Amino acid sequence: MLAIPRKVYPARLSPAPTTGLLPRMTRDVAARAVGVWKVFGDGVAEVTALREVDVEFAAGGFTAVMGPSGSGKSTLMHCLAGLDTVTRGEIHLGATRVTGLGDRALTRLRRERVGFVFQQFNLLPVLTAEENIRLPLDIAGRRPDPEWFRTVVDTVGLGDRLRHRPAQLSGGQQQRVACARALIARPEVVFADEPTGNLDSRSGAEVLGFLRASVHDHGQTIVMVTHDPVAASYADRVVFLADGGVVDELAGPSADKVLDTMKRLDTEAAR
Amino acid sequence: MIRATLAGLRARKLRLVLSGSAVVIGVMFVSAAFVLTGTLGRAFDALYTGVGEDFDVRVTARQLPGVGDEAATRPVPDALVARTAAVAGVATATGVVSEDGARLIGHDGKTVPAPLGRARLGNSWTGEHGPIRLRAGHGPASPGEIAISAALADAAGVRVGDRVGVLTQRPKRVFTIVGIIGYTGGRDSLGGTHEIAFHPSEAADLMLSRSDVHSAIDIRVDAGVRPDELRGRLSIALGDDYLIETGYEVRAAQAAAAKEDLALVNQILLGVGGMTLFAGVFLVLNTFSILIAQRTRELALLRALGARRRQVVGSVLLEAALTGAIASVLGLGLGVGVGALLAGLADSIGAGGLDLILTVPPAAVVTSLVVGVLVTLLAALAPALRASRVPPMAALREAATPDRSLLRLTVAGAVVAAAGAAVIIVGFAGGTEDPSLAAVLGGVLVSFVGFALLTPAVARPATRLLGRPFARSVPGRLGRLNAGRNPRRTAATASALMVGIALVTGVNVVLTSATASFDEQAGDYFRTDLIITGVASTERPPTFDPAVLGRARELSGVAGVSGQYTDVVQIGDRRVGVAAWDDDAALLTSVKVDRVAGSLGPLGPGEVVVDVATATAQGATVGSALTVTFSSGQRRTLTVIGTYTSDFSSGWVLPRASIADMASRQPTFGMVRLAPGASKRDVRAGIDALLTDSPEITVTDRTGFVGILTGVFRTVMLFLQILLGLILVIAILGIINTLAMSIMERTREFGLVRVAGLDRGQTIHMITVEAVVISVFGTALGTAVGVGLGAAVVATLRSEGIQKLALPWPYLGAYLVLGAVIGVIAAILPALRAARVDVLRAIAYE
Repeated sequence: MLAIPRKVYPARLSPAPTTGLLPRMTRDVAARAVGVWKVFGDGVAEVTALREVDVEFAAGGFTAVMGPSGSGKSTLMHCLAGLDTVTRGEIHLGATRVTGLGDRALTRLRRERVGFVFQQFNLLPVLTAEENIRLPLDIAGRRPDPEWFRTVVDTVGLGDRLRHRPAQLSGGQQQRVACARALIARPEVVFADEPTGNLDSRSGAEVLGFLRASVHDHGQTIVMVTHDPVAASYADRVVFLADGGVVDELAGPSADKVLDTMKRLDTEAAR
Repeated sequence: MIRATLAGLRARKLRLVLSGSAVVIGVMFVSAAFVLTGTLGRAFDALYTGVGEDFDVRVTARQLPGVGDEAATRPVPDALVARTAAVAGVATATGVVSEDGARLIGHDGKTVPAPLGRARLGNSWTGEHGPIRLRAGHGPASPGEIAISAALADAAGVRVGDRVGVLTQRPKRVFTIVGIIGYTGGRDSLGGTHEIAFHPSEAADLMLSRSDVHSAIDIRVDAGVRPDELRGRLSIALGDDYLIETGYEVRAAQAAAAKEDLALVNQILLGVGGMTLFAGVFLVLNTFSILIAQRTRELALLRALGARRRQVVGSVLLEAALTGAIASVLGLGLGVGVGALLAGLADSIGAGGLDLILTVPPAAVVTSLVVGVLVTLLAALAPALRASRVPPMAALREAATPDRSLLRLTVAGAVVAAAGAAVIIVGFAGGTEDPSLAAVLGGVLVSFVGFALLTPAVARPATRLLGRPFARSVPGRLGRLNAGRNPRRTAATASALMVGIALVTGVNVVLTSATASFDEQAGDYFRTDLIITGVASTERPPTFDPAVLGRARELSGVAGVSGQYTDVVQIGDRRVGVAAWDDDAALLTSVKVDRVAGSLGPLGPGEVVVDVATATAQGATVGSALTVTFSSGQRRTLTVIGTYTSDFSSGWVLPRASIADMASRQPTFGMVRLAPGASKRDVRAGIDALLTDSPEITVTDRTGFVGILTGVFRTVMLFLQILLGLILVIAILGIINTLAMSIMERTREFGLVRVAGLDRGQTIHMITVEAVVISVFGTALGTAVGVGLGAAVVATLRSEGIQKLALPWPYLGAYLVLGAVIGVIAAILPALRAARVDVLRAIAYE
């Protein structure tokens, strides 16, 4: 069984352990963007959201993607997850070339190989917490591994609330249910888009701690988009985006280091 | 505030069009009713010009009050012609024959029907006069020759020189057509009636069963005498037994009678319009409720900015009024078209030649607009009041819609439903002969409202139950849960369907029960094997040659035959239908009646038996002597020798000797008992062969006879199914509307499930299950309510002979299947829309 403390995770202020010390860490690439461009609209209204982005996300790693509003971080995530198409370049998920897949194949890819956590409204209001967690498996027609289910449920600390509906749960609890749902199918990559954006700091810490634990204890790969340096500090690695391009990278970040980097990038941009 | 309302109206065009469509359809029928009546009414006035111009004053026998004055007209005796001619101011007095019931047998061996059940007149030929013009040939110059109206010649496909069979009060006879009759203004018929002109020497015998009588005496006045002046003098000279009318009055009365038929069509159309509007109320109510739920924040913001409650209510009601007005105008426009179309249709079914001028009475415009706007306002009232209760704080909070308690609604629903059911039962308290239609219809509508209020309470468990078969797949499970997630919305959507299905099911239950009861009672009553009877195509029951009965008796395998003759007579101050049997001894072995007092015969001349209830109503007991006046005018004194009861029949049974006194001396009904071991099929074929000259008469067994008796039920059911079809269209629109609006609210959820791996097909599956569950819920509810109401009516009609509750299972099953089909149809557009939801946009934050 897991020896992860329930519910309360202290906010991380110190640097994360170096990646080399992590168990079951492999250097396989879980997701990769190669020369990706994303252009919205055309003519006068043309907006370039991503320009020539090359980035890799290692399997078993927890990567934060940071950047100011409009830097293209959400677009990058959507493209990586197969939710959006790229204008130029290629996206790979594991050994699969995502670019060029049809709707049916993309749906399958999402169903079987990718998990999602959004900022809010993650749950279907008609389903209980448990049914929400099982939804991806049910859709795929797979039976949950009971042990893994219990592990996930214990980890998010919702054992006594499984029969509740989302409306009966707090924001933090709802988001933990969303995390559990993202993990239940053991996807190759979990994409989290500002998962703590709508939570108070304590609830946010719980969710982030849970995400980190799933990486470190179960080898889950997570790509998280955020603009919060504290949230980013839970990751093993931070990728900084600005104006649609990767501008910097940080391994083993602390909140202070992230903040420093952001300030530096801001000043560079101002110049 | 007004500007905000108008902007909102423009922004929500599609939803309002959908919800308004029910109002459009309802108003369409209302205005079509007015336009049809206006247009045809005007044409009818023109049609009857010429009627009554061939005489100044007409004398007819005053009909006795009471039942069935149409079944047998009292003729005027020939002697009266001379008496009339002797009155000062009368220039000429001519006895004429003009009676309904001259049925020409067409090439197919069947009688040719007149359009819309109009009269098939058998007249005496008195030359071209009034509106009558010969179009071809000449008038009948000797017995055996006839002239027929152009419309009849057209319908039958016959020409001058053809020999045709005609049924009258006498058995079939073959006549030669020697002339075709037209009418002034190039018309083929007068108001659609068919006409056969016989030679005067035989017209009375054919149409009135005797030769010394006339239908009427037509009078021309001396120069300088006013018709209404002569009328007074005639009524003094002839006494109270005779009705004296001027030509003008006759024309007005005939046009009024035609318009009365029209009034029935008018009422049917208004009824259909009323029902569709009633169903539409649910749709409008739902639309506005959802719109307001979606705009909670917007409304709260208005309140926070200082808008008063009344302004919020006013804003919603203004939106409703505008929607209603637009829908009413559209409905009015469509209604004018439909009314014109129906008028044209009536013209082409009828004789044609109607001078149609499209007439839109002011009442059509006023009623359509008022009804349409009022119905919409009424439906929007509850949502508007709810909107005004949105607290300003709601603008700042998450737009949460907590489940409000359904208790008050449910209690109110139960009370209203019970009140409605009580009103229905009160309506039937007067019996089937004279149910209070207003009470019955009002009760049905009130109870529908009650059931609609009860629906939300059962919506969630019911949709869970009905959705169970779909719960095996994820999309099915989600669809099932979504169907029950907003009980009020689901209930309102299902209610439109419930109303239609309940109405039709309720009537169906009553009619099915009546049929089953008839069947059982007929089976119990008839001890005979075969029944000779006809399907009445006019108000007079079809008759057949008495010789058929004699010849049937001689067939091998026949043990006994009794034939029934009917008449309408006056007993005391009542006009009642009576029957006499040519073999009342055979009768007693052919049917099951229970003797109560005295003897049931055989009846000697001057003896009569009657059922107990009729005897009591008449104040007669065994031994009472009664004066019976036959419609032929013959008067007899008869003595009651016995009373009986029977589940199936009632009334007076006269002795065989009375047949000679009756207006028609042809049987209307016959019962055949087979000898032991005889083949029913052979005997039936034998009797069939005897009936070749009576195309309206058939020989059938008990089951077939019940089928004929209940034939009118099938017509009623057919009409109701058409009405149901219309309500279903509205229900489908309602489901589409609700689903479309719910899908807009749930865009984000679609994004979520799509991201979680649901493909397009599964999304469509999910929406379809939701729609099917809602529509099957509506139909199930409708059948339940309909069966309940029907059973309640059947229970109150127990004393009327409907003693058995029978459910129309095939129909009930078909309705449930129909419900599922409707769900699938209604889901198509919303499901495609949901499947096309752009995943990225759906998951984007506001």
